[in-house]
Amino acid sequence: MEHFLGFAIPGIPYGCTYSIMAVGLVLTYQATGVFNFAYGAQAYVSAFIFTLLIQNEHLPIWLAFLIAVVILGPGLGLVFDRFLFRKISNTNTVAKLVVGIALFVGIPAILSIIFGSANQYNTPSVLFNPDVVYFRVADTPINGIYLSTVVTTAVILVALLALMRLTNLGLQMRGAVESRRLISLDGVNAGRVVATAWAISGLMAGLAGVLLAPIYGQLQFSDYAALMVAAFAAAAWAVLRSMPIAALVGILMGVTVTVLQGYLPVSSVWSSAALTSLPFVVLLAALLLVRGLRSVDQTKDPLSSVDPPTPPTTATLRAPTMDKNIRRSYYVLLAVFAVSMLTWMPKTWESVFNNALVYAVIFLSITLITGMGGQLSLAQATLAGVGAVTAAQLASHLGLNFLVGGLVGAIVAGAVAVVIAFASVRLRGLGLALMTIAAALFFDNAVFPQEAIGTGGYDLKSSWIGLGLHDANGHAFFILVMVVLVICVLGVMQVQKGTLGRFLGAMRGSDTAAAGLGINLTWQHVVIFALAGVVAGIGGTLLSIQQASASPELFNYQFSLVFVVVVVTTGVSTVEGAIQAGFGYIVLQQLITYLPARWGGNNLVILFFAFGALTYAAHPEGILEYQKRKWTLRAERIIYRSKPDGGPAPGGGAVLPDPSPTPTPAVHDHG
Amino acid sequence: MVERSPLLEVREVRKAFGGIAAISDVSLHVGEGEIVGLVGPNGAGKTTLFNCVCGQIRPDGGHVLLEGRELLGMPTYKRARLGVGRTYQRVEIFPDMSVADHLLVALRARDRTGRLWKDLCNMSAPTEDERRRVNACLELVGIADRAESAVSALGLGSCRLVELARALVAEPVLLLADEPSSGLDVHETAELAEVLKMLHRERGMAMLLVEHDLGMVSDVVDRAVVMDLGAVIAEGTFDEVMAMPSVRHAYLGLSA
Repeated sequence: MEHFLGFAIPGIPYGCTYSIMAVGLVLTYQATGVFNFAYGAQAYVSAFIFTLLIQNEHLPIWLAFLIAVVILGPGLGLVFDRFLFRKISNTNTVAKLVVGIALFVGIPAILSIIFGSANQYNTPSVLFNPDVVYFRVADTPINGIYLSTVVTTAVILVALLALMRLTNLGLQMRGAVESRRLISLDGVNAGRVVATAWAISGLMAGLAGVLLAPIYGQLQFSDYAALMVAAFAAAAWAVLRSMPIAALVGILMGVTVTVLQGYLPVSSVWSSAALTSLPFVVLLAALLLVRGLRSVDQTKDPLSSVDPPTPPTTATLRAPTMDKNIRRSYYVLLAVFAVSMLTWMPKTWESVFNNALVYAVIFLSITLITGMGGQLSLAQATLAGVGAVTAAQLASHLGLNFLVGGLVGAIVAGAVAVVIAFASVRLRGLGLALMTIAAALFFDNAVFPQEAIGTGGYDLKSSWIGLGLHDANGHAFFILVMVVLVICVLGVMQVQKGTLGRFLGAMRGSDTAAAGLGINLTWQHVVIFALAGVVAGIGGTLLSIQQASASPELFNYQFSLVFVVVVVTTGVSTVEGAIQAGFGYIVLQQLITYLPARWGGNNLVILFFAFGALTYAAHPEGILEYQKRKWTLRAERIIYRSKPDGGPAPGGGAVLPDPSPTPTPAVHDHG
Repeated sequence: MVERSPLLEVREVRKAFGGIAAISDVSLHVGEGEIVGLVGPNGAGKTTLFNCVCGQIRPDGGHVLLEGRELLGMPTYKRARLGVGRTYQRVEIFPDMSVADHLLVALRARDRTGRLWKDLCNMSAPTEDERRRVNACLELVGIADRAESAVSALGLGSCRLVELARALVAEPVLLLADEPSSGLDVHETAELAEVLKMLHRERGMAMLLVEHDLGMVSDVVDRAVVMDLGAVIAEGTFDEVMAMPSVRHAYLGLSA
């Protein structure tokens, strides 16, 4: 028993770190109805600024704490509420998640741009001296860091439970998350209540960030991101409702990790794979077993029945004239581009454009899942990686040509996507997003690092590919990528206007009505996942050829998040959105290299797209697509107004909603 | 009253939410080609019963049979393919689609003619037969001139007609219409009643109609079932049930 306790007790402080974050997530969800994907980023900001103020500005700890936690923490929460989430309180879960993901990738980028990418070290402990062993439990020394973590968790949990259960503010917060319109009718200032909730949540995030920082010698965002996954798992078991359960699951996870570490042989596969993937396994288990999660993000607002239906995205109802104009301009651009690539294009830019085309293929998979399926998959980079690694395996072990292996890899990626789809068959919105990120992290931590499948990845050999295709700057590779992209684009467009596209459009509009018509939702869900997996797998193989490496590092989960942010900015509903995303993402990265390094490099690109994605709720067709449509309509109006007979109506006479996001007020039910 | 062989049989179906019984031991039947009105005050459990019949919620007990075949345990889409059509209390439309596309989706879901390989080979354009059936249905409900309009640009009345046409195009054997006149004006309601009567007359379609507009119900139905607080409290012709003290009490709070 003492042996067991010796392993278990050190796990409690680790578990407490999971718990603090999980309780914060539950609080935010309970009080605001938003699953705050950026919670870890908020915690990191406070920890970063706290450490910076002490290490660089030599401020006393109390003053740094005041600025980083008491002022900055709630301040960030209020900013999120005032400028982002308040405007999208009645939108769907996917839109809220996209905004959270944009903040998740954008916040660290902002910090790097402003303060540089130098790491911060040795954040001081706020409560207890980390070098002092205060007492021992079952022979385990409890130092200041462990003690402050446990004490803080206990204090925070009690304080929050008291706030939510015993105070009038807590009652109003619970009311606001059900229906802020309804509590407004009761005379409560719902806006202020929700803003207070965001401020408290921000304070919690800041507090958690600063208290956890001393545990990590070096302050890195990746640690906070990893912590968030464990927090997702704990919060999922609590169905985003119960703070005590979230805290308990967090602590149990911490204890399980240290106990397993103690009992399993150090060199076994289990200790390397199972331990690192424990939070993802726990998250996966919650998503599969906790029934409440299936409907957790369904609206409970009693007034939602008087809401008009969601307005259509402008991209799906684009005027025929504009469609024609855009198509024509694309043909011209394509011809000019192809000729340029094959004649005068400098090698550097040929490589850049080849890279852009490859990313466009990968991004098409997001067009399928999110644009057509209306769901958020955070595992598309992983599926691309599955395709690439499979091709590399087949080339390395069986001597199969990399391109043929790539096709097999695409099928394997499709099969993995089918498994994910079946595992998430009852999940939509938030549940599905969590399931896909759990799958991505599982691959990152437990599958890709396995020695049997390449560990650090493969360096591609030219003999694997042949036909001169290994030269990423060459014409042969350009022709290959163009052919693949055109095939994928045509395929996606055919699916979009075919029966599957129509069925998916029906499901986006109303799952209930779609099933009521005889559409098998599960089958459509699986098919679209499979197609997206295949396309991502093809893109992954091309990316490996282009980078001359099939390294899993090219495909980790953070890329999946960035990909989503990039594509929703340019337009997730159309194939041209994916192509624009590919070019925007890569060409901007190239252009940034011409700027001084202090401008932030790639972080500036990520920030650019993160800002774009923040507008997703207002413009689900993509801010670029929205602007394009707006300016084309203006141009049409000017052209036709100048004609004596007035010409046809702008928009080609099609019945189009106003480009503004205001919902159509005509359709609502009084019953 | 003409006795018809039962098309839909609901036997002692019950459903509770969080310990509160929404419907308790409800039994009713709809004969072939019969229009049955399901009426009752708000909260009587009418929509819950519809959801149990369609499969959108799973009852805690009882049986739902269509042409003698047990529907419980069968997913919603399979019930729809057996011929259960439905319109909804709150309009459920597909905002990204045109009116005609709504009907095309319903047709293909019912006929199961959609195939991925057809999509990829550009063979999924609407066929002549599909266009004809879609247009016929739109003409039937009187919105053929709006076939290519974006559904989100229509008013509530037109949306209800789109929903109705979408349900009808698949030629269901039983139509569950949940408050189809909700949000319509008097004129539109009268037109809707005419459409329902014509469907009954020409297609012999059976219907279970939930409706608060009792004038419309009396005009359309063969028989009425009255629910209150999750239970059936009366059954018979419309005039018979409206004369029953228990119904008057449920609706008006008048003592029996």
